[in-house]
Amino acid sequence: MAKTTLTFALMDPPYEDARSTTALRLVDIAARRGYNVNVFAYEGAVFLPFALQKPHANAVHGLDVEAEDHPQTREWVAALIKECERNGGRLDWLNCGLCVDERGAGDSIPGVRRGTPADLWKMAEESDNTLVIAAK
Amino acid sequence: MKTLNIVESAYRATLEEQDDTIVWLTHAMKGAGAKIDVLMRGNAVSYVVRGQKVPPLAFGARQQRMSPRLLEDVAGLIAKGVAVYVVNEDLVERGIERTDIIDGPIPLVRSDLPELLDKYPRVWHW
Repeated sequence: MAKTTLTFALMDPPYEDARSTTALRLVDIAARRGYNVNVFAYEGAVFLPFALQKPHANAVHGLDVEAEDHPQTREWVAALIKECERNGGRLDWLNCGLCVDERGAGDSIPGVRRGTPADLWKMAEESDNTLVIAAK
Repeated sequence: MKTLNIVESAYRATLEEQDDTIVWLTHAMKGAGAKIDVLMRGNAVSYVVRGQKVPPLAFGARQQRMSPRLLEDVAGLIAKGVAVYVVNEDLVERGIERTDIIDGPIPLVRSDLPELLDKYPRVWHW
């Protein structure tokens, strides 16, 4: 039986709404099932794996950097790439190159590649299903 | 000058930020000496429901350690002397009883809003 392949098209930047975490939850489920997962990060979503994200302390919580352990979406993406590999699948995370350029978001974590809208079409053609989680 | 922060967009990136950004901003400004109060409306009225908890998020091996504690953050505002108003109709529409919410928030009805807003030279609707 052929391995299930799913494509997700994401559009929201990190730290703005709940759609990013919802999308990554779905990717996580697919990763745990050993599926192949494609992500086409469009517009602000190209910042999800941005390598220069840094944690910070939280004075309101009274916590230093270490105790606050502020999430960075680049860590989540990296963890999902590993989780896919661990379960026999793979996560192909592709950032829209034009979206990267207009935002200066070129520093991505290892495992993220640059592409074009044509790649989304190819991914969708090769997938069992595609889910678009668009910005609202 | 007194400021009223109106919080309407609830649970917006709270998992990533580990708090509500406007509740956090209010804490920070209060700490800096601001005279500031908060009005919860829409889905944000859920922030004052007692007993709520957010389980830590985990993606692969990355486990969150400090998931948001929105109720405690709002209670902390009240403890600092920030008046936290909640719109009663928004509670009712969501099936939230007065007994479901913590002590401290001040329920008011929508028809009270013009009078409330008139007390604040600055009203910021987030």
